[in-house]
Amino acid sequence: MNVDGLISNFGTLTITGLTIGAIYALVALGYTLVYGVLKLINFAHSEVFITGAFAALWTWQLLGLNQDSVVSGVGAIILYLLIALVVAALASAGVAAVVERVAYRPLRRRNAPRLAFLITAIGLSIVLAEAFGIFTRRKAQSAPTLMPNEVLFSIGGAEVYPVQLLVIGAALVMMVGLDFFINRSRIGRGIRAVAQDQNTAALMGINKDRIILVVFIVGGLMAGVAGLLYNARIGSVVYHAGFLLGIKAFTAAVLGGIGNLRGALVGGLLLGLTENYASELVGTEWRNLVAFVVLIVLLMFRPTGLLGESLGRARV
Amino acid sequence: MTSVMEKARAGREVLGERWRGMPRWVRWLGLAAIIVFFYALPNKEFYQWLGPIPTTGSNFGQVLFMMSIYVLLAVGLNIVVGFAGLLDLGYFGFFAVGAYTVAVLTSPNSDLKAMWPWVAVVPIAIGLTMLSGLLLGLPTLRLRGDYLAIVTLGFAEMIRIAATSSEFLRGQRGFNRLPHPPGTYSDGKPIFGVLDPRPYYWLVLTLIILVLVATRNLINSRVGRAWISIREDEDAAQLMGVPTFKFKLWAFVAGAAVGGLAGALFAGKQGFVNNQSFELLNSIIILAAVILGGSGNLIGGVVGGGLTFYLMERFRGVEIFGFQLYEFRFLLFGVALVLMMIYRPQGLIANRRRAAEFKDRRKEVMVGG
Repeated sequence: MNVDGLISNFGTLTITGLTIGAIYALVALGYTLVYGVLKLINFAHSEVFITGAFAALWTWQLLGLNQDSVVSGVGAIILYLLIALVVAALASAGVAAVVERVAYRPLRRRNAPRLAFLITAIGLSIVLAEAFGIFTRRKAQSAPTLMPNEVLFSIGGAEVYPVQLLVIGAALVMMVGLDFFINRSRIGRGIRAVAQDQNTAALMGINKDRIILVVFIVGGLMAGVAGLLYNARIGSVVYHAGFLLGIKAFTAAVLGGIGNLRGALVGGLLLGLTENYASELVGTEWRNLVAFVVLIVLLMFRPTGLLGESLGRARV
Repeated sequence: MTSVMEKARAGREVLGERWRGMPRWVRWLGLAAIIVFFYALPNKEFYQWLGPIPTTGSNFGQVLFMMSIYVLLAVGLNIVVGFAGLLDLGYFGFFAVGAYTVAVLTSPNSDLKAMWPWVAVVPIAIGLTMLSGLLLGLPTLRLRGDYLAIVTLGFAEMIRIAATSSEFLRGQRGFNRLPHPPGTYSDGKPIFGVLDPRPYYWLVLTLIILVLVATRNLINSRVGRAWISIREDEDAAQLMGVPTFKFKLWAFVAGAAVGGLAGALFAGKQGFVNNQSFELLNSIIILAAVILGGSGNLIGGVVGGGLTFYLMERFRGVEIFGFQLYEFRFLLFGVALVLMMIYRPQGLIANRRRAAEFKDRRKEVMVGG
């Protein structure tokens, strides 16, 4: 038990915890959206995320950046980030859409049991991860360090780096955007309707299949952005990295209340913080255990999550 | 394409009907022939006549032993998934608990320095796995199915992380010099040695048959009927007076026991246990293998577990168009899973009752779907 370390590093731990938590939150949104509408844990979502991470990395490589290149000038950095952002988001959304069209829709047509959905999702997850594994020869690939590695400012003894600001800021912007989209737009209303009751929504003239496709695409966009941010934060990607991150993001979604968008944000940030504090307290080798312990304890005492479940029952 | 598949389906059904219509002694004879075949399989004098069946890239006896371990795991998991309908994604965790119990209690490397004989430790290993199954099941079995899947997955990963990180379980250094099962030939040589994997394979094969018989009896008893009613409709079962939670826990613990047994056997054969033996993907592969073979059917589970492992090993050293097939084994497995779920969700060898459930559901497709 390293309580002193926790107290003296509290500020830094909080900032880094929020940073990784923001990435969890973005991925958690994908789980939450799909769960809210289909009551299905989309196991393949972790690979949708890793698609975004690889897409961002390969975009930079195509643009002539490697892990040692130095980019100077704020304009150039923003340009590189934006290009990679667009590519990553589109790639992830594309993969998510393909997953829905190729695997889930045929199962829905047959009214398959939940088990079949789960196994299909696992199968797709293996296929995607292995495809990346074979393509990258199962080696980790490094991303260029775009953001300058100097302290931007400090709050309460904690130093804040530009990359942390980027990750947290971008995640927040995406979340707010998504919240508006779901709660204010026409398609968002359709999504909430389908989440409430698929059949009634279909009778009211909502194209159910299209709404579900949109849900997968939106979740994919978020995961793609998360992939880019993951690159900026961690600096390298390996083909099976999506798996553990996926589980943690799912835990985050359950923590906040699965199906609840704001819950995903709360859950993600909270999980990032808990993980950081706990690993400082008991040792970093136990870091990956924290999410599971949180998940089990949570399911024992409050399986509906902190903010409660359901996309459909959210404020209308 | 469809007509070919229809014909194949009709042909298989006719074959199944004819098999069931045979006199009892013919069916027993067929079963006996299959069992004899599998007992004879690891002998070189026998398998050299079998053409492409033996693996080229690795020792066939060793492959058969690992295959039998996978089959035993599939049989155990089939109780949980196939009969009680519980989604257990962390089944390999029980395997790890079994193997590590044996390692800690028998290896000279362990801090306990107990160094007990293998036979004495096997019941303890099974008991501990059952206990861990109970502890894991108590909080989670009241939850919805897919939560259970995630929690069990987390359990398997926790075991792996504990094995890697804790000083007591020795991480990658692992435990070595574990004792083998006892027994000597008449000339004083041990039956279960280091070089010959065949006796281990025969041991596991015998245990598989015993577990299958026990499971079969269990399925045809009150317990089995309760499990199947839970699988088909948990709420209805509860209303009919089945104590669903108790029976779900039962299934979970029974499955865990078989997993622990497999782990103990594995540790007894390898003589070495470390954290590298328990990759998380294995849990998922076992579950998928059961589903692939036909969950809810005893033979289906056996075929699924055996075929999955065998094919992956068979790919070793095989080259197609300059690609190493072995490198693509998981990819192909994933593709097979997706295709199976769309075209034949009941598995290769389906339980008739289970297949009827799927057929039923197909008819009641919802509006707008």
